Amino acid sequence: MSAISASEKVDGFTRKSMRKAQKQRKSQGSSQYRTHTAPVELSPLPQLKDAPSTEQQELFTQKLQQCCMLFDFLDSVTDLKSKEIKRATLNELVDYVSTNRGVLVEPAYPEITNMICTNIFRILPPSENPDFDPEEDEPTLEAAWPHIQLVYEFLLRFLENPDFQPSIAKRYIDQKFVLQLLELFDSEDPRERDFLKTILHRIYGKFLGLRAFIRKQINNIFLRFIYETEHFNGVAELLEILGSIINGFALPLKAEHKQFLMKVLIPLHTAKGLALFHAQLAYCVVQFLEKDPTLTEPVIRGLLKFWPKTCSQKEVMFLGEIEEILDVIEPTQFKKIQEPLFKQISKCVTNPHFQVAERALYFWNNEYILSLIEENIDKILPIMFGSLYRISKEHWNPTIVALVYNVLKTLMEMNCTLFDELTSSYKADRQREKKKEQEREELWKKLEELKLSDMPLVQNNSHGLPSVQNNNNNNNNSNSNHEDQERSAAAVTADDKDPDATAAVSESTPCAK
Amino acid sequence: MAGADGDDSLYPIAVLIDELRNEDVQLRLNSIKKLSTIALALGVERTRTELLPFLTDTIYDEDEVLLALAEQLGNFTMLVGGPEYVHCLLPPLESLATVEETVVRDKAVESLRKISQEHSPVDLEVHFEPLVKRLASGDWFTSRTSACGLFSVCYPRVSSTVKAEIRQHFRTLCSDDTPMVRRAAASKLGEFAKVLELEYVKSDIISLFTALASDEQDSVRLLAVEACVSIATLLPQEDLETLVMPTLRQAAEDKSWRVRYMVADKFSELQKAVGPEITKNDLVPAFQNLLKDCEAEVRAAAANKVKEFCENLPEDNREQIIMTHILPCVKELVSDTNQHVKSALASVIMGLSTILGKDNTIEHLLPLFLAQLKDECPEVRLNIISNLDCVNEVIGIRQLSQSLLPAIVELAEDAKWRVRLAIIEYMPLLAGQLGVEFFDEKLNTLCMAWLIDHVYAIREAATCNLMKLVEKFGAEWAQNTIVPKVLGMANDPNYLHRMTTLFCINALSKACGQEITTKQMLPVVLKMSNDQVANVRFNVAKSLQKIGPILDSNALQTEVKPVLEKLASDTDMDVKYFAQEAISVPPSHSSLFTPLAAVILEPQSPQRTTTFSPSVRWKVLAADGATSC
Repeated sequence: MSAISASEKVDGFTRKSMRKAQKQRKSQGSSQYRTHTAPVELSPLPQLKDAPSTEQQELFTQKLQQCCMLFDFLDSVTDLKSKEIKRATLNELVDYVSTNRGVLVEPAYPEITNMICTNIFRILPPSENPDFDPEEDEPTLEAAWPHIQLVYEFLLRFLENPDFQPSIAKRYIDQKFVLQLLELFDSEDPRERDFLKTILHRIYGKFLGLRAFIRKQINNIFLRFIYETEHFNGVAELLEILGSIINGFALPLKAEHKQFLMKVLIPLHTAKGLALFHAQLAYCVVQFLEKDPTLTEPVIRGLLKFWPKTCSQKEVMFLGEIEEILDVIEPTQFKKIQEPLFKQISKCVTNPHFQVAERALYFWNNEYILSLIEENIDKILPIMFGSLYRISKEHWNPTIVALVYNVLKTLMEMNCTLFDELTSSYKADRQREKKKEQEREELWKKLEELKLSDMPLVQNNSHGLPSVQNNNNNNNNSNSNHEDQERSAAAVTADDKDPDATAAVSESTPCAK
Repeated sequence: MAGADGDDSLYPIAVLIDELRNEDVQLRLNSIKKLSTIALALGVERTRTELLPFLTDTIYDEDEVLLALAEQLGNFTMLVGGPEYVHCLLPPLESLATVEETVVRDKAVESLRKISQEHSPVDLEVHFEPLVKRLASGDWFTSRTSACGLFSVCYPRVSSTVKAEIRQHFRTLCSDDTPMVRRAAASKLGEFAKVLELEYVKSDIISLFTALASDEQDSVRLLAVEACVSIATLLPQEDLETLVMPTLRQAAEDKSWRVRYMVADKFSELQKAVGPEITKNDLVPAFQNLLKDCEAEVRAAAANKVKEFCENLPEDNREQIIMTHILPCVKELVSDTNQHVKSALASVIMGLSTILGKDNTIEHLLPLFLAQLKDECPEVRLNIISNLDCVNEVIGIRQLSQSLLPAIVELAEDAKWRVRLAIIEYMPLLAGQLGVEFFDEKLNTLCMAWLIDHVYAIREAATCNLMKLVEKFGAEWAQNTIVPKVLGMANDPNYLHRMTTLFCINALSKACGQEITTKQMLPVVLKMSNDQVANVRFNVAKSLQKIGPILDSNALQTEVKPVLEKLASDTDMDVKYFAQEAISVPPSHSSLFTPLAAVILEPQSPQRTTTFSPSVRWKVLAADGATSC
């Protein structure tokens, strides 16, 4: 408490990252261990390779059972010997399943999965840091990693063993197993998520019967993340798996897959922590569009619907994704969405945040996009012209202004006559817009007045004339005798005072002004 | 005006439609928010036949617009012609209830619940209940989630056949295969149970409750805990043991900490719902376990409930239970490894003293309070200090003052300004309880030191604190102890400290009264108008404006006015601005200040009077208007 850094003395608002850096990298144990009873000391078993082949299977089972013992890694002094024995045994087991053939006999399957489940399936503990910011904070690492890592390694080697038989394993690696595996993706430890990613991918590849279930559960995780908690650490990893899954979808795409794209992947763009998984997300979206170009229009309309309103960083990401989509778009699809899309792009180039404007203007460096624009210049130029012309005069950032001049030049070369027309009508157009704006205000004002004139009537209603017909009549009256009503309303407020006095009051107000 | 040409009644909807198609979301939003105006202008008939179909057809928009629409429609009953036509509102709300975005859906459900009350029983069966059924069997999870919130509002008012159908639908949703829907159903289970007949609570709800409470997802199980409270309240005491307790016991020992946390968090409600007997036999040991849970989150939630739990124990053996079962756990929590646990405990532990009485408090609780006052975590100490009043009533604060003081001093100098800010806020309370002597002796220096803190928020709070102290201890005390020190700071080389003098004067002048303000404070303020830092000078102008109402008119005229005039011709534009502001705009509520403006605005008149003829007063008003417009 006494050690106050100089910066903290000067300014109470030290940067978050600075404060965080002072903290040490923390690790935490699983919630599971602490509910267990104290472990019994382990005694080393003979090495598998030294055992006669007839006893190997029995020894293998014993070792698997030995590895079901769990230890407290937050306590770094107790059970050191047993921890070491388990670590060595796990290493040996990993080695045993990856180098030997014929070890995966049927009775071994339940023992193997039991050992795996006991070790890795645990309730993740509450986050040490409730407002964990994955972009800035150091993740809390799993304390038991020295053992858990080896168990994951073992699981992976088990799945990859050439003798591995899904038909036997499916009795143990079932829906419940997958569900628990998916829950672990919320782990804060990136090393763990990385293992999980590879493992789930293997399971998806080997167990055809689980595929639909895995996809559905991932859906559920995402939907919960989007609409309920906004918190799940493994979104990027799950998307990475999906990226390769989508790649293998058969054509024509099933309705289920299209629904996943439109109702899950597109809304995922609204997440606060988009930056953490945007690359993987955009990859998935583009994969879909490469499979089925007819999805382009709904996807782009979806992105436009969720276009960020205040977060510039996200806006840059959206623009990046749009460029990735445009890279693979078919010209016929482009025609369908060019208008709404370029209206958005035209807003982006006028963005006061130079990174947003710059990212949008970079589209004009892309040869393919240029060719699409050129093909549709009659439609696009009128949309873009006003914004470009205005920021060429107004933007505060000289780089942006320079870029805009280049873009204007490119556009002019594409259709010189249209460009000239737009230049000469620019002023008139602006004026027309302004006039429209004024008209709108006028209209609303009129509506307001209507409402004002209806006011006394609404009050009447609430005072005990619930009849609908009455309401209707009053409504008509008020439309025709608006001025009368206003006067009578004024008289009502004056009520018992001298009418002359109230008149004086209301007249004196303009005088004073 | 509106009624001038005959076809005018058409244009509101034209405007609306036009605006609803505008590219600018803000305009669409404005339009939706004025929906009631438009409906009013259209009349009920056309609202029903034109506006509502239009809205139903065009529902595809930004969620913000949809949210506004969902909200508006909940208040539309009169605008469609009253209860008799209220079912016209169902189609648009039904599609809003299937939207993805949670806030929109929730709002649509809220509106649906609201208008369900306005349906006649017949309409409820003909229009509303089919809608609930459609939602409950929708393809996408959103509509099924929405349906969960609608069962309880229509159930009580429909026939028994329809009731049976509703129960069946609810049952189906409780075992839906998406966890989102099961969560929604679990969160409405308690509410639904309340409207059911007792026989169905026993036959239907209990089995659903048991199933949800052992769901594979902990996010579902924890919601069942919430429902447990309502269900337990509904059942007769003799059924609780067999129908509810097995599930509750299981929840209190769930392998997921989230579920145990929920039990801890709802503990007081559960305690009330199950009654004293079960509390004694079951909840006391369960509570002990939660207080010793392996997860800090759970311990903290339980620690928060210690006082309430003890308060609600049956009185006959309350003390014994606390002393033998609860207090040992509490003692352990005082030295918990997690600061959130300790600080949760610190925020309620003082409350135990009223329950346990003087002797037990001195013997058992006081050592805990003292230990917490020395805790390394400032929040713990702060929580103890902020609850001192409970102990004060039982044993008097003197018992604590020896340990209190070092704790206060350390908090007052804490490196985190938020901690300092928090302790400042308790100063007036502490001063009141410790008395003026103790305060002068021990705490006064602290209060003055905060005035020159390097964080503005602290200086500001310190100023406010002084004002409250003066209100407590009186003007004379202020004159002797505070005012000299405050005024002394006017000569400080640091301009921020000089400004603090001004801020203090602003705050203190009212509490100190006219005498002290005019004689001691005003001269200092006036002198500071020559300060070389412009910020100080314009704050002089602001201060003069503030203290003006307290000064007498003579001082205003002879001393304040010339200084403000001088400042009004300052070289710095901000100083000028605030000086002019002080001259021309009286503080909103004080009538006293009008003369000041008048005095200053009449420089041409040869003789200055302090009384005004009505005409002069009017001129002042007019001039006032001129400058402020």
